[in-house]
Amino acid sequence: MSRNAIDAAGDHSADEILRFTGVSMRYGRGPEVLSDVSLSLPRGSFHFVTGPSGAGKSSLLKLIYLAARPSGGSVRLFGEDVAAMPAHELPRTRRRIGVVFQDLLLLDHLSAFDNTALPLRIAGHKPSEYRNDVAELLTWVGLGARMEALPPTLAGGEKQRLAIARAVVNRPEILLADEPTGNVDHEMALRIYRLFVELNRLGTTIIIATHDQDLVARSARPVLHLDKGRLRPLPPQGPMAPEAAG
Amino acid sequence: MSEPFDPARWRPASFLPEEDARDPALLFVVAVLCFLACLTALGVIAGNRAAQDWASQLTGEATVIVRARGGETPDAAAARAAEALAGVPGVTEARALEKEKAYALIKPWLGDVADLDDLPVPRLVAVGLDRKAPATAAALDKALKGHGLDAVVDDHSVWIKDIRKAAGVVRWTAATLLLLIAGAAAAVIAFATRAGLAARRDVVEVLHLTGAEDAQIASLFELRFARVAAISGAAGAAAAAALGAILRLMGGGQGITPALPIAWIDLLAVLPCPVLAALVAAVAARVTARRLIKAL
Repeated sequence: MSRNAIDAAGDHSADEILRFTGVSMRYGRGPEVLSDVSLSLPRGSFHFVTGPSGAGKSSLLKLIYLAARPSGGSVRLFGEDVAAMPAHELPRTRRRIGVVFQDLLLLDHLSAFDNTALPLRIAGHKPSEYRNDVAELLTWVGLGARMEALPPTLAGGEKQRLAIARAVVNRPEILLADEPTGNVDHEMALRIYRLFVELNRLGTTIIIATHDQDLVARSARPVLHLDKGRLRPLPPQGPMAPEAAG
Repeated sequence: MSEPFDPARWRPASFLPEEDARDPALLFVVAVLCFLACLTALGVIAGNRAAQDWASQLTGEATVIVRARGGETPDAAAARAAEALAGVPGVTEARALEKEKAYALIKPWLGDVADLDDLPVPRLVAVGLDRKAPATAAALDKALKGHGLDAVVDDHSVWIKDIRKAAGVVRWTAATLLLLIAGAAAAVIAFATRAGLAARRDVVEVLHLTGAEDAQIASLFELRFARVAAISGAAGAAAAAALGAILRLMGGGQGITPALPIAWIDLLAVLPCPVLAALVAAVAARVTARRLIKAL
């Protein structure tokens, strides 16, 4: 869809943080992994992205955190057309987005503290400005006693929480999480979910790609369901369970 | 039991693993290149000094060959020529060489001749010239002709020209060598940067996706390789200076050979090496890293 068509679509609400209009995406000359995806997410919302493996969940998130470009259609992020964004603006836009990557992408040679502080250092903050905040955050995610630990020495759930701490330390406006509960037990999945709920309460827009149907069903959050690269919104699956409500 | 972690004492760790900066092969190659560059620089300085000394010696002298005419004896003609030349402005000294010295000069060609006095051996007059305002060959020739002398003036200009030409060739060759060495060092650093980026693609990817600008990521590699090159440059320069010092000690005031007279002060020429090596490495790493990051 052309930019004119997007402008014609009009209603870019001030509270809208993300809008996809007829977005398609392919890797190289391969088949389309996303086809004609259109969506609009309000600021402060909480969405799950579900679908079978290969449905395009990770690709959808990549488009949002600017790791890939659409092969068709338009992506508007924070009210700006990503395609029209100058190259030097992209890093600053990425700093407004926190990402919990599917494979976590923790840096094994850095301590938990250094991994968490990484986005703040990149943003140019001085250590004196954030070292206490980082320590508090690590304590909040239950890693207060493992601040000096290197990622290879952490358990699966600890790594997940460390990745989450790094994703939220810079107080992003959008938090994306790709299978954040994929390698943890049910109890840990609920604890992680509660973290996201808390962040959402503080105003962060949350988008979680997951296979965990049980968690989705318990949360009663809106679902963006992908199937073969096409988006199919689903209504909330059920009432929020007390333990999931946090 | 270890002490609890104190955030107040935390110091940010390097984004790139420290062990990557201790690649012995890279350190060795850059150090060898720096060593060769420093030796080239020392060689040029010493060669230049030798050329200047030779040219200076030749500039301050001229030789006049005097042949006797008519009934005049060679010694008398030489004495008269010396007298005539002494009065020319720009001449500090004119001295007729004794016939024994003239004979000694031609002895290698004639061998032991029983009576050289029977041969018309020309006499030589050694002329000392004012180094600041030397008399020209034309002025000397004019003075000799003015006194009716049959003489040929050799002001060594042909030799001086050749020496200056040779010194120029040495300088250009050295400059080319230094450029080639700098180019080789830049290529090695570019290769190492490419390898470093490939080996640390995980770090680059995380930094990139976390909002680091290309220049920020490139600067990590730039600083790292500049530091490696500075360390290697210091090692190479120290080795070259040590070799220079040994050559100086072995040859006394003239260096190992009069053709390459190294002075102690020449050893200071190696000082800029670590800085220059770091600069070359920083530029090479920056250009390579930025190009590769852009392609991510």
